[in-house]
Amino acid sequence: MHNLTTLTALGGADARVDVFDHITIAENDGLALASVAARMGQEAACQAHLRTLLGAVPEVGRAVLHDPEAGFWMGPDQWMVGAPRATHEMLADQLKDHFGETASITEQSGAWVCFDVTGPAMPDMSERLCNIPIREMAAGDVRRSVIHQLGCFVIRRDAPDHIRILGPRASAQTLHHALITAAQSTA
Amino acid sequence: MIIDHPLLGPRDSAEFTYMGDAKLIDRPDPDAATAARDFYDYAYLRDNPAGWHDELWFHEQGDRSWLVVTRNTITHEIRQVRLARDVARARGRST
Repeated sequence: MHNLTTLTALGGADARVDVFDHITIAENDGLALASVAARMGQEAACQAHLRTLLGAVPEVGRAVLHDPEAGFWMGPDQWMVGAPRATHEMLADQLKDHFGETASITEQSGAWVCFDVTGPAMPDMSERLCNIPIREMAAGDVRRSVIHQLGCFVIRRDAPDHIRILGPRASAQTLHHALITAAQSTA
Repeated sequence: MIIDHPLLGPRDSAEFTYMGDAKLIDRPDPDAATAARDFYDYAYLRDNPAGWHDELWFHEQGDRSWLVVTRNTITHEIRQVRLARDVARARGRST
Protein backbone atom coordinates (compact mmCIF):
# COMPACT_ATOMS: atom_id res chain seq x y z
CA MET A 1 0.00 0.00 0.00
CA HIS A 2 1.44 3.34 -0.98
CA ASN A 3 1.59 5.98 1.69
CA LEU A 4 0.63 9.04 -0.35
CA THR A 5 0.10 12.54 0.93
CA THR A 6 -2.52 14.72 -0.72
CA LEU A 7 -1.57 18.20 -1.89
CA THR A 8 -3.88 21.18 -1.93
CA ALA A 9 -4.94 22.83 -5.17
CA LEU A 10 -2.09 25.35 -4.79
CA GLY A 11 0.38 22.49 -4.37
CA GLY A 12 1.12 22.84 -0.66
CA ALA A 13 0.86 20.24 2.07
CA ASP A 14 -1.40 22.62 3.99
CA ALA A 15 -4.05 25.00 2.73
CA ARG A 16 -2.61 28.43 2.08
CA VAL A 17 -3.83 31.47 4.02
CA ASP A 18 -2.94 35.04 3.01
CA VAL A 19 -3.71 37.63 5.67
CA PHE A 20 -3.92 41.35 4.97
CA ASP A 21 -5.18 44.04 7.35
CA HIS A 22 -8.51 44.27 5.55
CA ILE A 23 -8.82 40.88 3.80
CA THR A 24 -8.07 37.25 4.51
CA ILE A 25 -7.85 34.84 1.56
CA ALA A 26 -7.95 31.25 2.74
CA GLU A 27 -7.65 28.25 0.46
CA ASN A 28 -10.35 25.79 1.55
CA ASP A 29 -9.09 22.27 1.06
CA GLY A 30 -11.81 20.60 3.09
CA LEU A 31 -14.59 20.48 0.54
CA ALA A 32 -15.99 17.48 -1.32
CA LEU A 33 -18.16 18.36 -4.32
CA ALA A 34 -20.43 16.53 -6.72
CA SER A 35 -22.86 17.78 -9.34
CA VAL A 36 -26.45 16.57 -9.65
CA ALA A 37 -28.27 16.79 -12.99
CA ALA A 38 -31.88 15.63 -13.14
CA ARG A 39 -32.55 13.12 -15.89
CA MET A 40 -35.24 13.89 -18.43
CA GLY A 41 -38.68 12.99 -17.10
CA GLN A 42 -37.27 12.47 -13.58
CA GLU A 43 -37.13 16.15 -12.57
CA ALA A 44 -39.78 15.92 -9.83
CA ALA A 45 -38.33 12.72 -8.31
CA CYS A 46 -34.84 14.22 -8.38
CA GLN A 47 -36.05 17.36 -6.61
CA ALA A 48 -37.75 15.21 -3.96
CA HIS A 49 -34.42 13.46 -3.28
CA LEU A 50 -32.70 16.85 -3.16
CA ARG A 51 -35.27 18.03 -0.61
CA THR A 52 -34.63 15.08 1.70
CA LEU A 53 -30.88 15.66 1.39
CA LEU A 54 -30.75 19.44 1.90
CA GLY A 55 -34.11 20.25 3.49
CA ALA A 56 -35.04 22.38 0.47
CA VAL A 57 -34.38 22.59 -3.26
CA PRO A 58 -32.04 25.51 -4.05
CA GLU A 59 -33.93 28.15 -6.06
CA VAL A 60 -32.51 29.85 -9.14
CA GLY A 61 -29.29 31.67 -8.17
CA ARG A 62 -29.51 30.48 -4.57
CA ALA A 63 -27.72 28.11 -2.19
CA VAL A 64 -29.13 26.06 0.64
CA LEU A 65 -26.52 26.30 3.44
CA HIS A 66 -27.22 23.10 5.31
CA ASP A 67 -25.09 20.63 7.33
CA PRO A 68 -23.43 18.38 6.48
CA GLU A 69 -24.47 18.60 2.83
CA ALA A 70 -25.06 21.99 1.24
CA GLY A 71 -26.04 22.76 -2.33
CA PHE A 72 -26.53 25.50 -4.87
CA TRP A 73 -28.29 25.97 -8.18
CA MET A 74 -25.99 25.80 -11.22
CA GLY A 75 -28.45 25.76 -14.10
CA PRO A 76 -31.88 24.44 -15.08
CA ASP A 77 -32.30 21.09 -13.27
CA GLN A 78 -28.64 21.13 -12.20
CA TRP A 79 -27.17 21.63 -8.75
CA MET A 80 -23.81 21.38 -7.00
CA VAL A 81 -23.71 19.57 -3.68
CA GLY A 82 -20.83 20.05 -1.25
CA ALA A 83 -19.92 18.46 2.09
CA PRO A 84 -16.87 18.27 4.38
CA ARG A 85 -14.19 16.17 2.70
CA ALA A 86 -13.16 14.58 6.00
CA THR A 87 -16.52 12.85 6.35
CA HIS A 88 -17.73 12.76 2.72
CA GLU A 89 -14.69 11.98 0.59
CA MET A 90 -16.82 9.57 -1.48
CA LEU A 91 -19.63 12.13 -1.84
CA ALA A 92 -20.39 11.26 -5.47
CA ASP A 93 -20.86 7.58 -4.61
CA GLN A 94 -23.06 8.49 -1.66
CA LEU A 95 -25.20 10.75 -3.85
CA LYS A 96 -25.40 8.07 -6.54
CA ASP A 97 -26.96 5.75 -3.97
CA HIS A 98 -29.26 8.51 -2.74
CA PHE A 99 -30.54 9.68 -6.15
CA GLY A 100 -30.57 6.31 -7.94
CA GLU A 101 -31.78 6.62 -11.51
CA THR A 102 -33.33 10.06 -11.09
CA ALA A 103 -30.12 12.03 -11.63
CA SER A 104 -26.67 11.88 -13.16
CA ILE A 105 -24.00 12.48 -10.52
CA THR A 106 -20.50 13.65 -11.38
CA GLU A 107 -17.60 13.86 -8.95
CA GLN A 108 -16.41 17.51 -8.85
CA SER A 109 -13.94 17.60 -5.94
CA GLY A 110 -10.98 17.37 -8.29
CA ALA A 111 -12.30 20.06 -10.62
CA TRP A 112 -12.54 23.09 -8.33
CA VAL A 113 -10.39 25.16 -6.05
CA CYS A 114 -12.17 26.90 -3.21
CA PHE A 115 -11.16 30.20 -1.61
CA ASP A 116 -12.86 31.81 1.38
CA VAL A 117 -12.50 35.59 1.25
CA THR A 118 -13.35 37.45 4.43
CA GLY A 119 -12.80 40.94 5.78
CA PRO A 120 -14.26 44.45 5.71
CA ALA A 121 -12.90 45.19 2.20
CA MET A 122 -14.50 42.07 0.70
CA PRO A 123 -17.15 44.04 -1.30
CA ASP A 124 -14.51 46.44 -2.70
CA MET A 125 -12.31 43.54 -3.67
CA SER A 126 -15.19 41.65 -5.23
CA GLU A 127 -16.09 44.67 -7.36
CA ARG A 128 -12.56 44.75 -8.76
CA LEU A 129 -12.70 41.05 -9.57
CA CYS A 130 -16.01 40.44 -11.30
CA ASN A 131 -19.17 42.14 -12.52
CA ILE A 132 -21.64 40.79 -9.99
CA PRO A 133 -23.76 43.11 -7.81
CA ILE A 134 -22.05 42.03 -4.59
CA ARG A 135 -23.72 44.68 -2.40
CA GLU A 136 -27.20 43.63 -3.54
CA MET A 137 -26.55 39.96 -2.89
CA ALA A 138 -27.84 38.41 0.34
CA ALA A 139 -26.54 35.40 2.25
CA GLY A 140 -27.06 32.30 0.13
CA ASP A 141 -26.99 34.13 -3.23
CA VAL A 142 -24.80 32.45 -5.84
CA ARG A 143 -23.58 33.87 -9.15
CA ARG A 144 -21.48 32.31 -11.81
CA SER A 145 -19.29 34.90 -13.43
CA VAL A 146 -15.81 35.57 -14.79
CA ILE A 147 -12.79 36.34 -12.61
CA HIS A 148 -9.53 36.95 -14.47
CA GLN A 149 -10.88 35.11 -17.56
CA LEU A 150 -11.89 32.12 -15.41
CA GLY A 151 -15.47 30.94 -14.97
CA CYS A 152 -16.10 30.96 -11.21
CA PHE A 153 -18.96 30.59 -8.75
CA VAL A 154 -19.26 33.31 -6.11
CA ILE A 155 -21.33 32.40 -3.05
CA ARG A 156 -22.31 34.91 -0.37
CA ARG A 157 -22.10 33.14 2.96
CA ASP A 158 -23.88 33.84 6.25
CA ALA A 159 -21.27 36.24 7.64
CA PRO A 160 -21.75 39.65 5.95
CA ASP A 161 -18.05 39.97 5.03
CA HIS A 162 -17.61 36.42 3.69
CA ILE A 163 -17.69 35.17 0.11
CA ARG A 164 -16.67 31.76 -1.12
CA ILE A 165 -15.18 31.50 -4.60
CA LEU A 166 -15.10 28.24 -6.55
CA GLY A 167 -12.82 28.34 -9.57
CA PRO A 168 -11.21 25.84 -11.93
CA ARG A 169 -8.67 23.81 -9.96
CA ALA A 170 -6.23 23.51 -12.87
CA SER A 171 -5.97 27.33 -12.79
CA ALA A 172 -5.75 27.62 -8.99
CA GLN A 173 -2.48 29.59 -9.06
CA THR A 174 -3.90 32.02 -11.63
CA LEU A 175 -7.03 32.62 -9.59
CA HIS A 176 -4.95 32.99 -6.42
CA HIS A 177 -2.77 35.58 -8.17
CA ALA A 178 -5.89 37.50 -9.22
CA LEU A 179 -7.25 37.46 -5.65
CA ILE A 180 -3.94 38.61 -4.13
CA THR A 181 -3.64 41.39 -6.71
CA ALA A 182 -7.18 42.59 -6.02
CA ALA A 183 -6.62 42.43 -2.25
CA GLN A 184 -3.49 44.56 -2.55
CA SER A 185 -5.25 47.10 -4.76
CA THR A 186 -7.95 47.67 -2.13
CA ALA A 187 -5.43 48.37 0.65
CA MET B 1 -25.69 44.89 -25.02
CA ILE B 2 -27.74 43.44 -22.15
CA ILE B 3 -29.54 40.09 -22.48
CA ASP B 4 -32.49 39.68 -20.12
CA HIS B 5 -32.03 36.05 -19.12
CA PRO B 6 -35.42 34.41 -18.38
CA LEU B 7 -34.09 32.88 -15.14
CA LEU B 8 -31.26 35.14 -14.01
CA GLY B 9 -32.41 38.58 -15.14
CA PRO B 10 -30.38 41.16 -17.10
CA ARG B 11 -26.82 39.99 -17.78
CA ASP B 12 -23.96 41.48 -19.78
CA SER B 13 -23.76 39.98 -23.28
CA ALA B 14 -20.01 39.43 -22.70
CA GLU B 15 -21.03 36.41 -20.60
CA PHE B 16 -22.72 34.84 -23.64
CA THR B 17 -21.48 33.24 -26.83
CA TYR B 18 -23.42 33.53 -30.09
CA MET B 19 -24.18 30.05 -31.41
CA GLY B 20 -25.97 30.78 -34.68
CA ASP B 21 -29.42 30.89 -36.18
CA ALA B 22 -32.18 29.43 -33.97
CA LYS B 23 -33.31 27.41 -37.01
CA LEU B 24 -30.65 24.91 -35.86
CA ILE B 25 -33.29 23.63 -33.42
CA ASP B 26 -35.31 22.30 -36.37
CA ARG B 27 -33.04 19.42 -37.32
CA PRO B 28 -34.47 17.51 -40.29
CA ASP B 29 -35.68 13.93 -40.10
CA PRO B 30 -32.70 11.72 -41.14
CA ASP B 31 -35.10 9.02 -42.35
CA ALA B 32 -37.02 11.27 -44.73
CA ALA B 33 -36.75 10.61 -48.47
CA THR B 34 -35.37 14.13 -48.91
CA ALA B 35 -32.90 13.86 -46.01
CA ALA B 36 -29.76 14.60 -48.05
CA ARG B 37 -31.23 17.80 -49.45
CA ASP B 38 -32.75 18.75 -46.06
CA PHE B 39 -29.44 18.36 -44.26
CA TYR B 40 -27.63 20.35 -46.97
CA ASP B 41 -30.05 23.23 -46.30
CA TYR B 42 -29.78 22.74 -42.54
CA ALA B 43 -25.99 22.71 -42.47
CA TYR B 44 -25.13 25.39 -45.03
CA LEU B 45 -28.00 27.70 -45.94
CA ARG B 46 -28.89 30.63 -43.69
CA ASP B 47 -31.09 33.66 -44.07
CA ASN B 48 -29.28 36.90 -43.34
CA PRO B 49 -32.11 39.23 -42.36
CA ALA B 50 -31.72 42.97 -41.79
CA GLY B 51 -34.20 43.15 -38.92
CA TRP B 52 -35.69 40.68 -36.49
CA HIS B 53 -33.82 37.42 -36.12
CA ASP B 54 -34.14 34.43 -33.77
CA GLU B 55 -30.67 33.55 -32.53
CA LEU B 56 -29.11 30.95 -30.25
CA TRP B 57 -26.98 32.33 -27.43
CA PHE B 58 -25.09 30.16 -24.94
CA HIS B 59 -24.67 31.51 -21.41
CA GLU B 60 -21.10 30.27 -21.23
CA GLN B 61 -20.03 32.31 -18.21
CA GLY B 62 -23.33 31.88 -16.42
CA ASP B 63 -25.73 29.01 -15.94
CA ARG B 64 -24.68 27.51 -19.31
CA SER B 65 -28.21 27.43 -20.62
CA TRP B 66 -28.98 27.93 -24.30
CA LEU B 67 -31.32 30.81 -25.14
CA VAL B 68 -33.36 31.83 -28.15
CA VAL B 69 -32.86 35.60 -28.37
CA THR B 70 -35.08 37.57 -30.77
CA ARG B 71 -32.79 40.45 -31.77
CA ASN B 72 -33.02 43.21 -34.34
CA THR B 73 -29.82 42.97 -36.35
CA ILE B 74 -30.08 46.67 -37.35
CA THR B 75 -30.73 48.26 -33.95
CA HIS B 76 -29.55 45.49 -31.57
CA GLU B 77 -32.89 45.81 -29.77
CA ILE B 78 -33.87 42.57 -28.07
CA ARG B 79 -37.60 41.80 -28.08
CA GLN B 80 -37.80 38.38 -26.47
CA VAL B 81 -35.52 35.91 -24.65
CA ARG B 82 -36.59 32.31 -24.07
CA LEU B 83 -34.87 29.14 -22.87
CA ALA B 84 -33.98 27.14 -25.99
CA ARG B 85 -35.19 23.93 -24.40
CA ASP B 86 -38.65 25.43 -23.87
CA VAL B 87 -38.75 26.51 -27.51
CA ALA B 88 -37.58 23.07 -28.66
CA ARG B 89 -40.07 21.23 -26.46
CA ALA B 90 -42.90 23.47 -27.67
CA ARG B 91 -42.03 22.21 -31.17
CA GLY B 92 -42.15 18.58 -30.01
CA ARG B 93 -38.38 18.13 -29.68
CA SER B 94 -36.63 16.49 -26.68
CA THR B 95 -39.85 15.52 -24.94
